[in-house]
Amino acid sequence: MTDIIQKVKNLSIGFRSKKGDEILILKNISTNIKKGETVGIVGESGSGKSTLALAMMGYVKHGLYTIGGECQFNSSNLLKMKSKDLEKIRGRKIAMIPQNAGQALTPNLKIGYQIDEALQLHSDFDEKEREKKISELLNKVRLPSPETIALRYPHELSGGQQQRVAVAMALAGTPDLLLLDEPTTGLDVTTQAHVLELLNFIAKDTGTSMVYVSHDLGAIAQVSDRIIVMYSGEIVLEGPSRDILKRPIHPYTHGLLKSIPKLSLAGLPESMPGSQPQPGTIQSGCSFFDRCNFSDENCKNNSPQLEFLKDLNTSVRCFNYEKLVNESQASQTINKIKNKSQDKEILNLSEVSISYAKQKLLDQIFNRISDDNPTVKDININIKKGETIALVGESGSGKSTILKSIAGLLRTKDGLIRFDENRNLSSDLKERDPNDLRIIQLIFQNPDESLNPNHTVEEIIAQPLKLYFGLKGEELKKNIIDLLQKVRLGEFYTSRYPRQLSGGEKQRVAVARAFAAKPDIILCDEVTSALDVSVQAAVLNLLQQLKEDFGTTYIFVSHDLAVVRAISDRVAVLYQGRLCEVGPSNDVYKFPSHPYTEVLLGAVLEPDPDIKPKLVAEDIVEERPPEKGCSFQGRCSRIVGDICKKEIPPWQLTDSGNAIRCHIPIKELQKEQF
Amino acid sequence: MLFLIIKRILLGFITLFIVSIITFVGTEVLPGDACTTYLERQAFGEQLEACYRRLGLNVPAYERYVSWALNAIQGDFGYSLSGEMPIKDVLGPRIKNSLVLASAAIFIGIPIALILGIITALWRDKLPDVAISTVTIFAMTIPEFISATLLILIIAIWLEWLPGIVIVPTDVSFLELLPNIILPVVAIAMIMTAHMARMVRSSVIQVMASEYVQMAILKGVPYWKMVFKHVLPNALLPAINVVALTIAWLLGGVVVTEVVFNYPGLGRLVIESISNRDLPTVQALAIILASIYVSINLLADLLTLMLNPRLKTLQIRK
Repeated sequence: MTDIIQKVKNLSIGFRSKKGDEILILKNISTNIKKGETVGIVGESGSGKSTLALAMMGYVKHGLYTIGGECQFNSSNLLKMKSKDLEKIRGRKIAMIPQNAGQALTPNLKIGYQIDEALQLHSDFDEKEREKKISELLNKVRLPSPETIALRYPHELSGGQQQRVAVAMALAGTPDLLLLDEPTTGLDVTTQAHVLELLNFIAKDTGTSMVYVSHDLGAIAQVSDRIIVMYSGEIVLEGPSRDILKRPIHPYTHGLLKSIPKLSLAGLPESMPGSQPQPGTIQSGCSFFDRCNFSDENCKNNSPQLEFLKDLNTSVRCFNYEKLVNESQASQTINKIKNKSQDKEILNLSEVSISYAKQKLLDQIFNRISDDNPTVKDININIKKGETIALVGESGSGKSTILKSIAGLLRTKDGLIRFDENRNLSSDLKERDPNDLRIIQLIFQNPDESLNPNHTVEEIIAQPLKLYFGLKGEELKKNIIDLLQKVRLGEFYTSRYPRQLSGGEKQRVAVARAFAAKPDIILCDEVTSALDVSVQAAVLNLLQQLKEDFGTTYIFVSHDLAVVRAISDRVAVLYQGRLCEVGPSNDVYKFPSHPYTEVLLGAVLEPDPDIKPKLVAEDIVEERPPEKGCSFQGRCSRIVGDICKKEIPPWQLTDSGNAIRCHIPIKELQKEQF
Repeated sequence: MLFLIIKRILLGFITLFIVSIITFVGTEVLPGDACTTYLERQAFGEQLEACYRRLGLNVPAYERYVSWALNAIQGDFGYSLSGEMPIKDVLGPRIKNSLVLASAAIFIGIPIALILGIITALWRDKLPDVAISTVTIFAMTIPEFISATLLILIIAIWLEWLPGIVIVPTDVSFLELLPNIILPVVAIAMIMTAHMARMVRSSVIQVMASEYVQMAILKGVPYWKMVFKHVLPNALLPAINVVALTIAWLLGGVVVTEVVFNYPGLGRLVIESISNRDLPTVQALAIILASIYVSINLLADLLTLMLNPRLKTLQIRK
C-alpha cells in the first residue's frame, strides 16, 4: 500500500537492568500510520506511548536501546539510519511537537531564531523569504503581532503561546507526519481547547498525518480518527476512534473510560483496582490480569495476542473480548454522593484579601500589607460542616492562594477567617496554637514531594499522632495500622519508603497522614492531578468514603471541572482572585450563568467524539486583575457596557441559591444558555 | 539594570566595610599587640610606652580604626612591623607575583578545563570520557603538596629541567620570573583544571538531557550546530561563577603551593605575617583579599546577568 506513511514492525525497545536482564518498555509493537489520518495513542504513565512516538522519529532515549523490529519511513528503517540521514528527515518529513514547550524551547535563543533555524535546515528560502515565512507561521498558529513575538525569548511567553510557537516550529519544515507528545497537558482548560482546535485546523488545512500521544482520552477524542490503546508496553486495543470510545471491547479501555468523571453526571466514577505493573515484573499471562474483571485461568497462564476483528475493524488483545462486545457501551455505574452536610457553619471567610506585592520598607517596618489591587480580593465564603466545597478556576485564579491562607501559610491582607462560628484563626502560622493547626490539614498535589523520602510510611503517619495526641508504643502502632487500613493499605506497608510505592499508594499515605490529625477540615490542593486516570477515580472514591465515615469538611481545589463535578457539593468559581459564582454544584453545572463559568465549562474535553468543546472567549492571559469593575471584563464576550469596566458587579441570587456576580440580570443570563 | 548594578556595587562596599571591622576587632581582641611582639622581653615600662606613642596605639580603638580606614582607602596601609617599611611597598611586588602566577594558571587551566569537560560530556560513558574522567578524579584527589613535591622530584631533581624552588628576589622582572613559575603553575593548574572539568562535564550532561536539546535533535539540527547553539551557551552559564571563585582563590594566594615552591606571592606573605604577628600587614592582606573576592564575584554576577536572557528580563520586570 502506498498510502502508508510510517510502518512500525515488531518493534521492541528496552533497557538492561542492573542484574543484566533485558527489560522491555515496548513489546513487539506493529502498526501503520496512513497519509492524512490522525492516530491517537493513549495510555497511562509508563505504558510506553512516548517511547513509541520517539521511535517513529528514529530517536531512542539515552539508556534505552532497540531490541528488535523496525520503524519504516519511506521504506527505510529509521532506527538503523545514520544521524546524517536522520537530520534530513527530522523536522522536514517528520516533526515533533513536544509535551512541555516551555522546556522544549532553548532558553537562550529568541523565538524567531528557533523557527528560522528549522527553515534554514529544511527549506531553500533566502533570508528575506524566511523572515516573511516566520511571520506567516506565527500568524498561522494565531499568535498576536508576530514581528514582536519573534524577538522575544521563550520565557517571556505564556504556556499557551509557547505551545503555539512549538507548533509553528514543527510546521516550518512542512512535514508529512507530525508527532505530538502530550501537546496540551499542563495547559489551562481553555488554552487546551484552543490549541486542540488549532491542531485540528492544521490537520485539515495541510493534510498532514498526525500521531497524537496523550493520557487524556478527552483530548484524544477531539482529534483522532483512530485510537491505539497501550498498556504496559503493548497495544491492547486499536481501532476507529468512535468505536473505541463508544464500545471499548478491551477490559482496560472499558475500565479506563468508566473511571473518567463526566461533566454531565454528578457523582463519582467507578474506579479500577490496582495499578499498571512495573516493566519487567510480568512473566507470563496477560499483563492486565490482576486488575481485570473479566479474567479467568487462561489469562493467568497465557498471553493473549493482538487479534484483528474484521467485522468491528478493530484489533484487540484479550481472550474474553466477546463478553465486552455484549456489554456494549461503557455503562456508567455511578455511586451517588450522599449529601450529609449540616447547617452548622464550620469555616467562614469574610472579606479576605491576599497580596503578593513586594512591600515597601515603611510597610515592612510596621508589619502591614498595602496593595490597592491585591491578587485575591473580597472573598466571602461560608462553609458548612461536612460539605465539600470546590474552588475552581484557571491557573492564576487564586484558588491555591486562598488555601494557603486558610492553612496559615500565607498572611492575608484583610479579612477574617473564622472557625466554628466563634474562633478567629490568624493567617499567620506562628500565631496559631497546636489545636488550630490540628483542625486544618492539607493534602498536596504531588505526593512525591510532600512525603519525606527518608521516612518510612510508619514514621510519616506517626508524626501527627505523636505531635497532636502524644501517642506512644503499642497505641501508636495500632493507630497507624488502623489508618492504613482506612486508606485501603495493608499493615505490611508500614516499613516501606515512599519510593517503594506507586503514585496512588503514595497519595493514600498522604491522605492517611492528613486524617491522622483527626481534622475538621481537609484542604485538598489538586490532589488527583498528578495521578493516572484510573488511580484518580480510586482516590476520589476513598476521599468520599472517609468523608462519610468521619464527617470531615473538604475544601477541594482543582482545575479539572469534571473531577470537581464528581466530588463537590458546592462550587466557587474564581477569576483573577475574585469570586464569580458560588452555588450548589448541580446548579452551577446545569445553569452556567456567569460568563466565565460558561467559558470554563465550554472548554472541558469529554472522552466522547460527539461532545465538542465550545470556545466562547479568547484564551488571553491576564497578568493582573483589572483595577476597576468586573474582574472578567478583559475576556468577557457578553460585556453590557461601560458599567462592566467601572463598577464591581453586584451579587445576584437565583431561586436555587446560586450566587452570581454579574451586571447582566439573572433572567437574561439564563436565557442565552447554550 | 543600572539600578541593580549600583545596588550590587554598594553591597560590595558594605561587605568590605564589615570585613574591615571584623579584622580590626579581631586584631584588637587578640592578646598582645604590635609593641609587645616587637619589643619581646623588653616590653614594659618606658620602652613600651614609647612604642605605643610612636605607633599611635595610645588613642582609643575607634579613632585608630577611622584613621586607618581613611588611609587604607587611599592605598596607605601604614608600616609593616618586621621590615619597618610601608606595607604598600611590601604588597606591591607580592600582588604582581600572585597575578603572574594566577593569570598563567588561568590562561592554561580554563581552556583545558572547558575542552576536557565538554569532551567528557559529549562522549559520556565512552572511552574518552572514561579515560579523562579517571585522570581528572586522580588530579582532584591528590593534595597539591604531594603533586607539587612529586613534580619537583621528577622534573627538577631527576630530570633537572627546571628549577625546583623559586630563589629570586621578590621584585624580579617578569622574564626572569618565567622559568621559575612553570612548575608552580602546573601544580596549581592540575587541581584547578580537574575541578572545573568535572563541573563543566556535569553541567553539559545536564543540558544534553534537557527537553530542548532533545527537541533540537528532533528538529534535525546537525550535531555540532546543536552543541554550539543549544548546549554550550546554556551549559557554560553556571560555569562563570565557578571560574570566578577559582580566579579569586588563585589571586588570594595558593598558600600550600607557594610554600612548597618558595614562591614570593600573597599566600606566603599571609603565612609569614601571621607567624611574625605583623598585625598591620595581616589587616591589609585581609582587606585586599576580601576586595578581590568581592570584585570578582561581582563581575561574575554581572556577566551572568548580561548573558542570561531569563535573568535579564526578570530583573527588569521587577
